[in-house]
Amino acid sequence: MTESPATSAAALEIRDLDVVYEVRGIDRQVLRDVSFSIDRGESYGLVGESGCGKSTTALAIVQYLPSNGRVRGGTISIDGRDVVSLSSRELRRMRADAVGMVYQNPGAALNPSIRIGKQVTEVFTTSGVRDSEALAAARDVLVRVQIADPDSVLDRYPHQLSGGMQQRVLIAMALAKSPSLLILDEPTTGLDATVEAEVLDLIDQLQEEFETAVLFISHNLGVISKMCQRVGVLYAGQLVEEGPVEAVLHDPRHPYTVGLLRCIPRGGVRKDHGRLDTIPGFLPSVGDQPPGCIFADRCALAQELCRTEEPLLTTITHGHASRCHFHERAHELPREEAAELELPTVDRGVPPLVRFDDLGKVFRQRGQPVHALSGVTASIWPGETLGLVGESGSGKTTLARSLLGIVVPTTGTVTLEDDELAPGLAQRSRQEVRALQIVFQNPDSALNRRHTVSRILRRSLKKLAGLTGKAAEQRLRELMHSVRLAERYVSSRPAQLSGGLKQRVAIARAFAGEPLLVVCDEPTSALDVSVQAAILNLLVELQAERRVAYLFISHDLGVVRYLSDRIAVMYLGKLMELGSAEVVFGGPHHPYTEALLSAVPTIDGGGRARIKLMGEIPSAADPPSGCPFQTRCHRKVGEICDREEPPLLEVEDGHQLRCHIPIEELRRLQERDAVGV
Amino acid sequence: MNAAAAAESSLQPPSEASVARHETLLALARSKTFVVGILIVGFWIFWVIAGSSLTPHDPLAQSPSVLARPFGHYWFGTDTLGRDVFSRVLAGARGVMTVAPLAMLLGVTGGTVLGLITGYYRGVVDEGISRVIDAFLALPLIVIAVTVITAVGQSTVTLVIVIGVVFMPLVARTVRAAVLAERDLDYVQAAKLRGEHAPYIMFVEILPNIMGPIIVEATVRLGYAIFAVAGLTFLGFGVQPPSPDWALQISENYSLLAGGSYWWTVLFPALAVASLIVGVNLIADGLRQVLDT
Repeated sequence: MTESPATSAAALEIRDLDVVYEVRGIDRQVLRDVSFSIDRGESYGLVGESGCGKSTTALAIVQYLPSNGRVRGGTISIDGRDVVSLSSRELRRMRADAVGMVYQNPGAALNPSIRIGKQVTEVFTTSGVRDSEALAAARDVLVRVQIADPDSVLDRYPHQLSGGMQQRVLIAMALAKSPSLLILDEPTTGLDATVEAEVLDLIDQLQEEFETAVLFISHNLGVISKMCQRVGVLYAGQLVEEGPVEAVLHDPRHPYTVGLLRCIPRGGVRKDHGRLDTIPGFLPSVGDQPPGCIFADRCALAQELCRTEEPLLTTITHGHASRCHFHERAHELPREEAAELELPTVDRGVPPLVRFDDLGKVFRQRGQPVHALSGVTASIWPGETLGLVGESGSGKTTLARSLLGIVVPTTGTVTLEDDELAPGLAQRSRQEVRALQIVFQNPDSALNRRHTVSRILRRSLKKLAGLTGKAAEQRLRELMHSVRLAERYVSSRPAQLSGGLKQRVAIARAFAGEPLLVVCDEPTSALDVSVQAAILNLLVELQAERRVAYLFISHDLGVVRYLSDRIAVMYLGKLMELGSAEVVFGGPHHPYTEALLSAVPTIDGGGRARIKLMGEIPSAADPPSGCPFQTRCHRKVGEICDREEPPLLEVEDGHQLRCHIPIEELRRLQERDAVGV
Repeated sequence: MNAAAAAESSLQPPSEASVARHETLLALARSKTFVVGILIVGFWIFWVIAGSSLTPHDPLAQSPSVLARPFGHYWFGTDTLGRDVFSRVLAGARGVMTVAPLAMLLGVTGGTVLGLITGYYRGVVDEGISRVIDAFLALPLIVIAVTVITAVGQSTVTLVIVIGVVFMPLVARTVRAAVLAERDLDYVQAAKLRGEHAPYIMFVEILPNIMGPIIVEATVRLGYAIFAVAGLTFLGFGVQPPSPDWALQISENYSLLAGGSYWWTVLFPALAVASLIVGVNLIADGLRQVLDT
């Protein structure tokens, strides 16, 4: 039954894998004919949008499919051993010794009530290592994942560690037994950019050190491009393209890959340059198998042949294969035609629409003051998009919520068109309430799941625009039309809509009262990239039509750059840099901005040298003395940074910086380092 | 005007779009626990409505054959007054099945309102009401009920009010927990951002989303209400003679058990109460499995 593992066997070899989930007595196929292999020491990326079968693949490899799922055909072998035919005892051994797994949410993967030490030593004791030795071994693996003080970490509970630290512990646990295969399922998706970069660096190093084969599952093509040698693109349970990362990302041969790559705002594209490409249509529902190519319905290049005959995965060049009849024409996929959009020209000569004056917010946490926001002064002009960038805990959301009146600031004021706003929402007039609206991050929780689209929008029309009856009916249709939402969805409930459609409803709701400014709080981060592109296009169109201003919060710098006229960079509740999108991205920038930009893995790669930040983001409850960034700054000039907080100064026209280093010096340093790459 | 978006909306929405209500009913119909519970409770509801008109004998009619053994002319035998136990068991659901559901309704309605208010406002309101609730929960239901009934006098209305009011804090606790999970969701923020007032947010936005736990709680409470009514009746504070109420039958006849004879006068009404409570709890379990995913 078990073949003797040949020394030449690949670490992971999957052949013709078919996986089905049984739903109401019917088998629905979620993976079809998936074949790929990973050599020892190689790292293989698996990309695709949600519902494509990425995680199912990972679960099938370790035989952790849910109870209604099973492998119907094909083979999975790890080190030459067939996983599917293993007995449950052998399977346990295999999971313990040969495979390590790291999941997306590190907080949920650790037991909250057991100390880290116990959880890590358990990895060793289960395979018979004595307790005393296990503790030493646990300490040792923590050192290998670059945890500076392993003894104190071993003694803590998971919630006392930051997300990045938790993920390190999990990586340590996964690598503890030197597995031949490491499966990483979106390991950095919930982490901040600088932390993500550190974790990715760590994985990279460890992989070389341990010579482990890595299966890297991610929706982020930038991350895959940085981390993997080969990549497979999954679509609706099929591998549609596979090959070396370079080839697949720079010479894609499947229209889906081409579409996916074009959806992403990159290379400094901005809203005035043109629209983003989208992939029209939806993923076929699970188990649907059209007679021809599975992508044909969404493919602008589809021919008669594509609808009748299923293409096979054919090799194009060495190791590069595509499941497309016309792979040589994939790059001809038509682009989104550039609509004539007239974006509002922002006139900063007029009084600003919104002004924050020395805004500050102190929360109390167990009696301790936490400065979530301090001394933020900024303006937003009519028709302008102000991008707000920063890691978690930087005060972005608090700033936005103080503007909306959901959070009452401790100090400072918010002014709307020269009228000072009451700090709390309840004290604001209807005109003020309707002027400022928000689109939330997660459309699932933003829409009442018991209410229909019609009810959600009508209520907003009534409360914000004072419309009822016929007039409301008319406006409801106009509103749905303007967010490109088909009228037949009017009586649907949120559960019946896809993520993108839900977000359109949420946008329509925000626009019901003709707002002057809409806060967009990570409006696309819960969506797939192709849907993200469509939503970003919509936001730009709405801005062009209505001259609305946006306060756009996002951790995705590509998205912020695409949409924003000006960008504010925040750190620990303070503005660190504020300037036009070109200046903030082009430099000279604040050292923090510089680090943030360098941390983001891009598909195009290169460009910037990774700046390694030291340490963790300090807690806002215990901010560092002097400059807030000094504890991690790679350009720290000296003792003045510890002692004195630099003021936010206008260093050039419309460009404000909070740094002790003069702008010219920053320019010189950053240009020098860029040349050095 | 917008090719991509238009194409997106002209295609079918994801077919997983389920008609939620239909799915729920289907799942309930497939749950054995729920179906068995419904059959038992349905049986007793039928007899509540039918009353003495369909029983083989008049449950109140006395006959000369006193304390006849069961399985003869009288299936379940007769009691000390020669009344047919079988007919009395069938007709005995009415008293408890009037008081208990009304008490449950009062308790769930009041408890839901309380739970919504405490969960939504939190802070001082929550603290205040929660302390009172805790104090309430420290006293046994029977003690409170007996005291109140002794003070104001026995009547069906008093019974319903006493049990209902005692249940309110218990229901409120469950509802409050459900509200706490909802109140921080963005749709509640969105409602505030269009200027909705608190009652609208509580009753129109949040309430429909927590109906699942409320329905489960209501069923559980019904079981406890039956239990409470039966207990109080047994002690003489509940349903009054000459009703053929089960607990009343038990209380009238339990002294006959002493010598080990005449067991049928107690056993059959006791089994009837038990079956009703078990039936209600089966429904509650079935609902919980389906609604609390």
